Amino acid sequence: MAAAAAVPAARRPLRLPGGRMLVGLVLPVGLALGWEAAVRAGWAQGRLVPPPSRVLATLWGLAASGELWTHVLASLTRVAAGFGFGALAGILVGALTGTLPPVRRLIDPSLQALRAIPSIAWVPLFILWFGIFEASKITLIAVGVFFPVYLGVAGAIAGVDRKLVEVGRVFRLSRLALARRILLPAVLPATLVALRTGLGLGFMFVAAAELLGASEGLGYLLLDGQQLGKPDQIVAAILAFAALGKLCDAVLVGLTQPLARWQDTARESL
Amino acid sequence: MLILDHLSKTYADGTRALADISLTVRAGEIVALIGGSGCGKTTLLRLIAGLDRASAGGIHLDGEGIAGPHPGVGIVFQEPRLLPWLSVADNVAFGLAALPRAERRARVAHALERVGLAEHAGRWPRDLSGGQQQRVAIARAFVAAPKVLLLDEPFSALDALTRAGLHRHLLALWEESRPTVLLVTHDVAEAVALADRAVVLRPKPGRIDDTIPLPLSRPRQPSSPGSEAAARTILASLDRSLRPEGAADRAKPDASALWW
Ligand SMILES: Nc1ncnc2c1ncn2[C@@H]1O[C@H](COP(=O)(O)OP(=O)(O)O)[C@@H](O)[C@H]1O
Ligand SMILES: [Mg+2]
Repeated sequence: MAAAAAVPAARRPLRLPGGRMLVGLVLPVGLALGWEAAVRAGWAQGRLVPPPSRVLATLWGLAASGELWTHVLASLTRVAAGFGFGALAGILVGALTGTLPPVRRLIDPSLQALRAIPSIAWVPLFILWFGIFEASKITLIAVGVFFPVYLGVAGAIAGVDRKLVEVGRVFRLSRLALARRILLPAVLPATLVALRTGLGLGFMFVAAAELLGASEGLGYLLLDGQQLGKPDQIVAAILAFAALGKLCDAVLVGLTQPLARWQDTARESL
Repeated sequence: MLILDHLSKTYADGTRALADISLTVRAGEIVALIGGSGCGKTTLLRLIAGLDRASAGGIHLDGEGIAGPHPGVGIVFQEPRLLPWLSVADNVAFGLAALPRAERRARVAHALERVGLAEHAGRWPRDLSGGQQQRVAIARAFVAAPKVLLLDEPFSALDALTRAGLHRHLLALWEESRPTVLLVTHDVAEAVALADRAVVLRPKPGRIDDTIPLPLSRPRQPSSPGSEAAARTILASLDRSLRPEGAADRAKPDASALWW
């Protein structure tokens, strides 16, 4: 008994949740420190792969001069607009096809066909139609956001438990009340997951759109770093993308999680 | 008074679930519907609840025809069917949206008290046991004060001890407003414990095979001679109903009644 109790006690420090997360940091932090040491010791040049200190210095410089915030703001505005339009359209069309079978039979096949097109393939057409400025970029992002949201919402509505809908019928809810009091809460968790996926794709497409031609934005910073041969700027822009994407995701989760706190599985998948 | 008038139901795929069911239930009576699985018990309750339409015949509640969900008819399904995004209290209040807030609160609190879940009012359904969830479902139906309450094997998934407790809760609620109750069960003891009358159904297509009055006083003891005699009568009748039509009555109904 005593021995059995002692073993888990000795292992306990490794079992802390914080400890587990720290284990995941060992590899990237170790590699970064190793690379830093190698460049400082002169074993490696660090021209194409800049050491962390140079990347951070570049990032700091960009932030101090205000340049970084211009680019962050530009990218963020595009994602916000594209995500707003794409998510709204995805929710509306998904709600329509999910609740009205004739509408689904009419437009779902076309949407599925459109979905098979890689979104980047639209770029030349969007540029012809909407010009090279904001409109074409926002359209591309909106298209990228639309499909996962549409699929998620339509699937969630199709999957609503008929048995719960019958509870609403027994209490003679009107169509509107049924939608508000049963359908809406039932599809909410899946919708939130779909929105999160959409937001992730929004960031993917803002990077693509800005790489294809922009005068500001984090994607532009990437391209600028490539053309000027500044890998530290590229890595700095990548880090900024990662931080921004993570932050927006956290905000979305933070804003929407209270709506789905009744569901165990929603909490896990969010 | 609830009148089922020559009700038949044939599903779209041709299944004849019910044929020519006629039954009159007076106000405040508790009727147990007993029968093996597949003899149309759920179908019958769904017709009365207005969730499905009868193929022929009519349903009348106090002279009024029922063709869809009716405010005077409440149902407790075989599963609790609680809305997982509402607290226990909000689930019970689900059908009371039209009432003023204060009255709604009072009714919900009272019903939860009656089913012994007052201290669980703020919890999520997922945090309750199966028996507790079913009690919430019963409270949700009762709180809307229906004239007719339909219960579709509400206790079949629960153990015998929990079931006995729920029988008490159910009778306590029934005592208050004395609605007409149609209780579907495949448990003879349950019928004897609760009902004023047992109606035995026969399958393919579902028909009424026999009606057994249960004129026992309440509270009832399952071990009392009256209860035991009633249970034997119902078992014998059930056994007959499960045999193919025209087959000769056998001498030992009790033995063969055990299998189902
Ligand atoms: N929606 C349906 N469509 C077709 N057949 C059904 C449907 N629901 C029930 N049935 C059939 O009707 C018969 C009676 O079913 P049910 O009312 O569920 O019986 P019980 O509740 O007594 O077990 C069964 O043969 C069943 O297969
Ligand atoms: Mg059934």
